[in-house]
Amino acid sequence: MGPSAVRLLNIFVPIKRAVDYAVKIRVNPEQTGIDLNVKHSMNPFDEIAVEEAVRIRERLKDAVKSIKVVTIGPPKSAETLRTALAMGADSAIHVEIPESAPAPEPLGVAKTLRALIERQKEGVDVVIMGKQAIDDDAGQTGQMLAGLLGWSQATFASKVVVDPEQKVANVTREIDGGLEELRCKLPVIITTDLRLNEPRYASLPNIMKAKKKPVEKLTTAELGIDLTPRLETIKVTEPPKRVGGGKVANVDELLAKLKEAGITGKHA
Amino acid sequence: MGKYHGQANSVLRPRTTEQVSEIVKYCAHRRIGIVPQGGNTGLVGGSISLQKEIVLSLGAMNNVRSFDPVSGILVADAGCILQSLSDYIAPHNHIMPLDLGAKGSCQIGGNISTNAGGLRLLRYGSLHGTVLGLEVVLPDGTILDQLSTLRKDNTGYDLKQLFIGGEGTLGIVTGVSILTPPAPQATNNIFLALPRFDNVLPLFQIVKRQLGEIMSAFEYIDRTAYDMGLTHGLGPLLDAEEVGDSECFILVETSGGNNEHDLEKLNHLLEHLLTADQPLINTGTLSQSPSQFNAIWAMREGLTECCQKEGKPYKYDVSVPLADFQKVVDAVRERMISKGLYGDHAISKVMGYGHVGDGNLHLNVIAKHGYRPELEAALEPFIYEVVASRKGSVSAEHGIGSMKTHALHYSKSDVSIEWMRKVKQVFDPLNIMNPGKVLP
Repeated sequence: MGPSAVRLLNIFVPIKRAVDYAVKIRVNPEQTGIDLNVKHSMNPFDEIAVEEAVRIRERLKDAVKSIKVVTIGPPKSAETLRTALAMGADSAIHVEIPESAPAPEPLGVAKTLRALIERQKEGVDVVIMGKQAIDDDAGQTGQMLAGLLGWSQATFASKVVVDPEQKVANVTREIDGGLEELRCKLPVIITTDLRLNEPRYASLPNIMKAKKKPVEKLTTAELGIDLTPRLETIKVTEPPKRVGGGKVANVDELLAKLKEAGITGKHA
Repeated sequence: MGKYHGQANSVLRPRTTEQVSEIVKYCAHRRIGIVPQGGNTGLVGGSISLQKEIVLSLGAMNNVRSFDPVSGILVADAGCILQSLSDYIAPHNHIMPLDLGAKGSCQIGGNISTNAGGLRLLRYGSLHGTVLGLEVVLPDGTILDQLSTLRKDNTGYDLKQLFIGGEGTLGIVTGVSILTPPAPQATNNIFLALPRFDNVLPLFQIVKRQLGEIMSAFEYIDRTAYDMGLTHGLGPLLDAEEVGDSECFILVETSGGNNEHDLEKLNHLLEHLLTADQPLINTGTLSQSPSQFNAIWAMREGLTECCQKEGKPYKYDVSVPLADFQKVVDAVRERMISKGLYGDHAISKVMGYGHVGDGNLHLNVIAKHGYRPELEAALEPFIYEVVASRKGSVSAEHGIGSMKTHALHYSKSDVSIEWMRKVKQVFDPLNIMNPGKVLP
């Protein structure tokens, strides 16, 4: 055998269809959740993940063999996959759940993703996903997936450099104290932060090409996964309405009001 | 804009039509000039008191009189703010047939008196069609009650049309009956880069034919305006390489009742555009989410603000045949070059954008270091002459007001102006109603 060839990278991008961030959220009358009969789109952090996968390919060219996007969701999630394909992913997997099914929880999602990754014949080297979804704000799936697989994890990435020859990913994270740089062995789970990149708009030619890209459909039964929620939502309510402020005529009145509210400090 | 300073020393704010009538009777008796004022958002000085006329503000007349959710017919006081009317009918799934940038402060009476255009005109037509009836206080104080809620009423002269776009020179609009369309259930938009301006017309034809009733906007942005938008942080919506040396850009919006149906039509259109032997477009994008939808509109609507950042803009709002959009912009730029006034020292940019669908071009000429008399002298009356030579209108949707009275003759023949004067004489023989506006 000659010198071993550099292994080509397979990138895996889990994405989620969520209520669009431009939509005003309303709690449903039953207080069991929010009104879902509104415009949905790809979770913005996942959009950043798709963009980063495409940029890694643009930088590494042929060293990236495939970019596969995957979603777990109702039939309409297929639109979200098409958007990701139009942005530059090669193929997709749709784990379809019924429209009426409860939203899967992070552990269920992580287990589904593990099952999918284990099915990939060519293996997976890099998983890039949003650090959280803007609907449930759980922010747990990436970490759980890394735990389940026993892989490296780099969360809240603001810069990603993959070195296919060394088989490492250098990831910069924004933390309270500044920038933290991690060097992770592949395979790795990377979760994206807001400043990693600005996602592109899918161009018309790519939107058209995306229609012909393959989408594999699976069910949780085929994967042997149970997505039954472990948590029970008791009640969803809107935050209390803000009460408007008032104007005072002078300092004395202001002090009186502050005293009334019990806010004034004692004189030094 | 700081361009006009009213001279009035009194403002009256009547609450009822009867009060308006009493005021006008008194003014007619005493020969006192009246300037009717709505939201004061006009761009041509139509609601400004020039000679100490009293200002009659309709702002206190702000009640909705009735709304029929079945027919969509809304009857309201003239002083209702456009946005508040939109909010009023939104729960009934209807929208106002017009939408303007100034919607938060402009009033429906003022919209009607200036025949305001705006972003929805292509789809829902002008106010001459959507206004069903008006209540007007005439210059002698008589109340003309034509507050009809009928779609059809062919019984003699349609007097209300004279007050739509009358700019308050024939009477004061106090009440409005207007037909509101049902709110669209699905909206989408696309943004296209065109290699040549000559492709705009064939593209417009194809888009009109293929999208049919769901097309709700067809907006034009030239390359200068697009590049200016990019430097001020709009977009980027498209890949710079794919855009290449595209000459202009088109934004198309669809509004319909069923998203799947609309997307199917859009996809057919896009496939047609991309697979043509000689494609009319270089590239483009289709919004994938409400946020992208908003960002695409921001590219067009943000241009006005960008112009302010570039310097002091001379703004011309003209109607010209679609085919002449680019020629008019080029003619103005060449004129500035030939006069040695083109460059950062004088006029830094000449650009066009606007409502292709309505033949309405917003011509913006940027004076980087501020307005100067010699710049204005180079622009006017040159621009008006160019527009007139192409049988255009010197004011597409902003009106005449006090700013463009001297330019009225570029768009109206002597005979027209003479008969406009006669009409004015019949309604307002004492010339107390918004004097000095519209007619030179």
